[in-house]
Amino acid sequence: MKVTLKVWRQKNAKAAGEFKTYTSPELNPNMSFLEMLDVLNEELSNRGEEPVAFDHDCREGICGTCALVINGTPHGPHKGVTTCQTYMRSFKDGDQLIIEPWRAGPFPIIKDLVCDRKSFDRIQQAGGFITVRTGSAPDANSIPVPKGNSDLAMDAAQCIGCGACVAACKNASAMLFVAAKVSHLGLMPQGQPERYRRVKAMVEKMDTEGFGACTVTGSCEAVCPKEISLDFIARLNRDYAVSLLKGEPKRLKGGGAG
Amino acid sequence: MNLLLRLWRSSLGKKYVMAFTGIALFGFVIGHLVGNLQVFGNPDLINTYAHFLKSKPGLIWGARIGLLLMVSLHFAAAVTLTLANRAARPIPYAGGSAPGSTWKSRHAMVSGLVILAFVVYHLLHYTALVGGINGTGKDFSLLKTTLPGSNDVVPDVYAMMILGFKVWWVTAFYLIAQALLFLHLGHGLASMFQSLGLRNHTWWPRISAFARATSLVIFLGYASIPIAVLVGGMGSEYAQRALAQTSVNEAK
Repeated sequence: MKVTLKVWRQKNAKAAGEFKTYTSPELNPNMSFLEMLDVLNEELSNRGEEPVAFDHDCREGICGTCALVINGTPHGPHKGVTTCQTYMRSFKDGDQLIIEPWRAGPFPIIKDLVCDRKSFDRIQQAGGFITVRTGSAPDANSIPVPKGNSDLAMDAAQCIGCGACVAACKNASAMLFVAAKVSHLGLMPQGQPERYRRVKAMVEKMDTEGFGACTVTGSCEAVCPKEISLDFIARLNRDYAVSLLKGEPKRLKGGGAG
Repeated sequence: MNLLLRLWRSSLGKKYVMAFTGIALFGFVIGHLVGNLQVFGNPDLINTYAHFLKSKPGLIWGARIGLLLMVSLHFAAAVTLTLANRAARPIPYAGGSAPGSTWKSRHAMVSGLVILAFVVYHLLHYTALVGGINGTGKDFSLLKTTLPGSNDVVPDVYAMMILGFKVWWVTAFYLIAQALLFLHLGHGLASMFQSLGLRNHTWWPRISAFARATSLVIFLGYASIPIAVLVGGMGSEYAQRALAQTSVNEAK
């Protein structure tokens, strides 16, 4: 099979980008989407042209590095699947595929299809951690965790931080990502000490990074390769409201144990 | 004060403002509908109700100022959020956008702006009684009646509604605004629960069903009035008599 590719090419962060159209070499339908780009790049190199830059790492759907918008849908046509786990058999011979990078102000493009997602790291650094004594592992079951909470926390912890939620949202909102991180830690006993400081810090960092607001369109949930639910955004909204009402802890006069 | 500033400066806080002001405006939409549906009764029914409201300046001005504040906050939060949302995606997609979303969820700002334009027109039409914009060529402030058991001359709201909706384009604008309100509420009523964090996977289908059913009932309730007037010919004879009376009033 062969497909026509309309690919976003951009020399560097400062240059203006444009679409270039390529006809793919003969493809095996069982190639992954990224293997198809590898084959295209091989041909481009052989012709002496610059290969298409794109992000990839584990190629087994767990690292969150690959990031392509295929015909307007981040990670391509299938639900709960990353770009690297999308196969050419999902498309028809002769299809035209528009391949674009994640598009969001806080994800500036570095080159071609590669964007800079360090804004996610900065949100994570603002509050996506717990303070525990490092060293020897604690005894198993020394901290009881209700089964329902541990299941929900694991659902939220599925987030691989790929940024498809931002890419899909019409507002380029990072709510689903932040909600997953806040819920993952906020549901566990180990995450309680910083629970309300965390939600404030992460939400405020999200706003200053320039992500949009949530308008409950559901695009993020629809494209999330780990199928993180909008329920977690509601949890984030709830925790943030509680944290604002609680306010900052104030020192009491007098000090000491009194 | 610190809390209010913090609310307004945060994208989540502004969504709380959208939700709370939305609840208040939803309450008004329900109350106004119940008031308006009295037009299906005897003309004296709605005229008595309108006179009751007008005779309580504290009540009516309290409501007006409160509603103005709610609309202003809802509008200001929506506009500032929309501008920030647009700025967050400087380069649009060529291959389509917002997968998995509905039309009504993507166009809440547009539907809201048309509804606002309608509300302004509606206030000039029936509250300020600006004569030139009602399309009948008559000044509605001349429509007067007396209530049973009193000699007070009061505005004839029933006749205003009948004559007003007999103008086809007034009814068309009204129905367009109601259709957009149906879409706006279909999205907004469910979203306010989400924005306030009152949702989980058990409650979400119920909340969505509530939003769909309520917005449909509101649409049918409001749309029934101009359709009954324009298509059903409701109150035609009464309106003709009231119109004839205006020339008498004018002569006085």
